[in-house]
Amino acid sequence: MDRNSNTYTFIYAAVMVILVAAILASAAMSLRPRQTKNVEIEKKQNILASVNIASNVDDADEIYAEKIKNQYVINSKGETVEGEDAFEIDMKKEKAKPVEERLFPVFECQTESGLKYIFPMRGAGLWGPIWGFVSLNEDMNTIYGANFDHQGETPGLGAEISTSWFQEAFKGKHIFDSSGKLVSITITKPGQDAPEEHSVDGISGGTITSKGLEQMLLEDFNSYEEFLMKKKS
Amino acid sequence: MSETLFSRKNMKLLSDPLNNSNPITVQVLGICSALAVTAQLKPSVVMAVSVMAVLAFANVIISLLRNTIPNRIRIIVQLVVIASLVILVDQVLKAYVYDVSKQLSVFVGLIITNCIIMGRLEAFALGNRPWPSFLDGLGNAAGYGVILIIVGFVRELFGSGSIYGFQIIPDSWYIANGGFYENNGMMILPPMALITVGIIIWVQRSRNRKLIED
Repeated sequence: MDRNSNTYTFIYAAVMVILVAAILASAAMSLRPRQTKNVEIEKKQNILASVNIASNVDDADEIYAEKIKNQYVINSKGETVEGEDAFEIDMKKEKAKPVEERLFPVFECQTESGLKYIFPMRGAGLWGPIWGFVSLNEDMNTIYGANFDHQGETPGLGAEISTSWFQEAFKGKHIFDSSGKLVSITITKPGQDAPEEHSVDGISGGTITSKGLEQMLLEDFNSYEEFLMKKKS
Repeated sequence: MSETLFSRKNMKLLSDPLNNSNPITVQVLGICSALAVTAQLKPSVVMAVSVMAVLAFANVIISLLRNTIPNRIRIIVQLVVIASLVILVDQVLKAYVYDVSKQLSVFVGLIITNCIIMGRLEAFALGNRPWPSFLDGLGNAAGYGVILIIVGFVRELFGSGSIYGFQIIPDSWYIANGGFYENNGMMILPPMALITVGIIIWVQRSRNRKLIED
């Protein structure tokens, strides 16, 4: 057959595309369970990290099942919403909705020093989304631990938000001031005046990411405010 | 036809790209990914292996099909083969080495646009039998990988003080712990990768006079 004829070219292209599609589709389907499992384990590791529990890929499932005693979903008024799985809530989708319709997952973790509440957060860094989990003590004021991650912040600069020195600084800080107003946590530059119990040092060269993180904390603590107030009283 | 599998000519296909016709330092192809993924050794190694898998298989597949491919759509056929292999590699990485695949993020997908791969398909696989094509693929990917690994090694050592994630510089050396040493933050950024590649080219040319143009 003439290899340069139109018919040959068309048939060749069609057969090739169908074959390739079939191969790729079956590969994607057979690897899908492992991939979702990986994403799930990473999320569990991050949640555990926010209450200062180290885990690795192999034991994350087990530790999570043991430590995270309770998880539920609330709305912006702080009321529990039934019939939702907190672990499956995608913060990205929730953030796209108007505030009144958003759902917020809450995780409870029993530790030696009492019950901790874990709140997922999501915001914008310099190059892309940033997200994390912040845990509070039972007083709903003192930060017990924090874990942040990012999609594509600059290594050595903005990407430092996912390192331990930065996250350690959040421990023991207070999100409510003495008059009971929610002030969240400010991320400061050297020389900037801010009460120490409500602020942590920013990252040199990572100002925009730091500001994005500050904004994320403020916004998301605000969304949880009703719930925090209920638990406080 | 009577050529043996490991004849001198075939071995040259493997060894040439390591030095005389190295894709990065001599042909200056595939620079983008060489700069982007080499901040640490581990992603460099994974990237090198991924490119090797894609290039070797793409070369073999195109070489097997070379007598059937309609000339007018040969570039499209090559791209389809490369793209499907890359997607397969990406899926496998996501399933088995999730943390590395996160680090490499978009760069795995960008293997598709790596000029080394299309260059080899067009220049070699379309006109040669599968076995030499396979060796040519391996050789060129190895030439690419070697440079990636050298750059990754240098950048991780001086930029993070570790090799393959293991701390090499003792903790007590660091200024933070009362020592005298500090990691060079520049090494983590892409410009230093370019400078490192430049130094490799310099060393290579001063040792291999054949490469110096008049």
